Amino acid sequence: MTMRKRRKIPPPEPVAGNGLLDRRMLLGRGIMFAGAMGTGAAGSLTGAAAEPLKDDPWSLEMGSVVPAYQVPSRFEKDVVRTRSNPNNEFRNSHARTPHHLLQGTVTPNGLFFSISHSGLPDIDPAQHKLVIHGLVKQPLVYTVESLSRYPMVTRMHFVECAGNSAPMFSNEPVQATAQALHGLCSNAEWTGVPLSTLLEETGIDPKAKWLIGEGADSLSLHRSVPIKKALDDAMIALYQNGERIQPGNGYPMRLLLPGYQGNMNIKHVRRIKLIDQPAMSFYEAKTYSQILPGEKMWLFHFTMEVKSFITQPSFGHSLKEPGYYEISGIAYSGNGRISKVLVSADGGKSWAQAALQEPVLPKAFTRFRMPWRWDGQPAVLQSRAWDESGAVQPLRPEFVAARGQTNTPVTNPLGFPNQHYNSITSWGVDGSGGIKHVYA
Amino acid sequence: MSTRNALFALSLAFAFGAGTAVAETPGLGKPINEADITAWNIEVLPDGTGLPAGSGTPTQGAAIYSQKCAICHGENGVNPAAGVLPLVAPPKFDRIDALKTVTYYKYATTLFDVVRRSMPYQMPKTLTNDELYALSAYILSLNKIIGENDVMDAKTLPQVKMPNRDNFIIWAPDKI
Repeated sequence: MTMRKRRKIPPPEPVAGNGLLDRRMLLGRGIMFAGAMGTGAAGSLTGAAAEPLKDDPWSLEMGSVVPAYQVPSRFEKDVVRTRSNPNNEFRNSHARTPHHLLQGTVTPNGLFFSISHSGLPDIDPAQHKLVIHGLVKQPLVYTVESLSRYPMVTRMHFVECAGNSAPMFSNEPVQATAQALHGLCSNAEWTGVPLSTLLEETGIDPKAKWLIGEGADSLSLHRSVPIKKALDDAMIALYQNGERIQPGNGYPMRLLLPGYQGNMNIKHVRRIKLIDQPAMSFYEAKTYSQILPGEKMWLFHFTMEVKSFITQPSFGHSLKEPGYYEISGIAYSGNGRISKVLVSADGGKSWAQAALQEPVLPKAFTRFRMPWRWDGQPAVLQSRAWDESGAVQPLRPEFVAARGQTNTPVTNPLGFPNQHYNSITSWGVDGSGGIKHVYA
Repeated sequence: MSTRNALFALSLAFAFGAGTAVAETPGLGKPINEADITAWNIEVLPDGTGLPAGSGTPTQGAAIYSQKCAICHGENGVNPAAGVLPLVAPPKFDRIDALKTVTYYKYATTLFDVVRRSMPYQMPKTLTNDELYALSAYILSLNKIIGENDVMDAKTLPQVKMPNRDNFIIWAPDKI
């Protein structure tokens, strides 16, 4: 009887080329699945029946001890960050988030991306101090203990290195996973004290136009931040996904500047100084200033602009057989909420609107999903995002025209030919289900 | 509250005493004098604010560089160790991935500041003020931005005209 009912529902018609289906089918997935398969058969496309079920060893004996702090199953050992400096040589270290192996929107703390320019400082939270001074009425010193008594806020925000996706500046597509290409971006729930609360206590001299945030690391890494941003949504964050901030993400406190380039979100922040001019620190004067075509350069490109990329399926995966798949990925914008994501399976010839997983939060990851029936033919998967400010993720030709690309192919996916890449990513699926990174 | 209103309110608090503003917040910050922040108060601004007393020349800097910097950055600022960028490069930025080094900076103060706070990498914050001026002079001289006998001090360093100074565009002035 159930089968008869299912057969009455016609298979969903594709809404765009190469088998993209209507996102609304995701709402009634259980019913629609059989129809989506198109064959009407309840089993898999291969037609082979499942084997008889039996008890496995773990169903017949007591399991292992419950640990104090749990870690993922040993079968998930490959779901880890990739590191650029595992031997802690005298240079910076990057650890990239494995987006192609994750789902949802929250990056687990152990997989949150991290860049350290001089290793991880081993900070005793009982000794750590945050001083706010400069163009204030009264310089004040705070501790972890004192800040823990302040009214706190909890907000979901992404942090993205301005150099994330830098291999995409290559004039030829670098064959690498979403982790290698886009892994310097992660999303967490942050809890802390609004910076505006503390600035209310110190008072602000009207001459103050900027502030310096400075870390307790050995480089005393510092960046200039407009006062406007500090009073908007800046936070002294103490918690990351409910627990104290990880050492690689700023323990015991970091300056969180939602939507601004990661390097400005000063880790281990120990000093905030209000000043009347930008400090032109090393990182704002050089590293995160972008060379443009025509021998001009940008200064103060703080906002991480609207961006999306498909994580499933993507480079490193393969499609085992034709049939139903869910295309999904993440979209985010430093301007605010994602308003729309379109997906294409034919290299941009036709597009269909993806479902956005609620809640869609400002300056945070939004998971998008698109039902897809792969017919076994070559396909090129792309996503393109819009945000509530009206900004749209540029297509690659537009982006390259404005921002340029390298003259020769990038051979090292760990390099940073430029910063602030936010154009689209294309995954080319071949007839055997293999996936390559392509430009389309 | 809009940013403008917040600024206005905070300005009022500043002008008339912070008593009312503090009353609404926990007020658990401990007052400190600027003099007691000296050890951390190390930044140098483009107009020279924050530069300490002292001076140095390229010749003095060359000797210090050989001893304390060359092991990573390479003799004469070229051929650095793996993972370290050279300190000498022409101010030529005709590719989006051109090598950016000291010649890229808009202001010479950036050089002094980053060496003061971060270098030597394994022993940061150990250089004297005279050593910082001398090293700044040496590296600027290697890049032919100043002469071989020019003295760098709190007055001359901010006045150095950097070769790339006029090529920067502020990305979105309305956001600052």
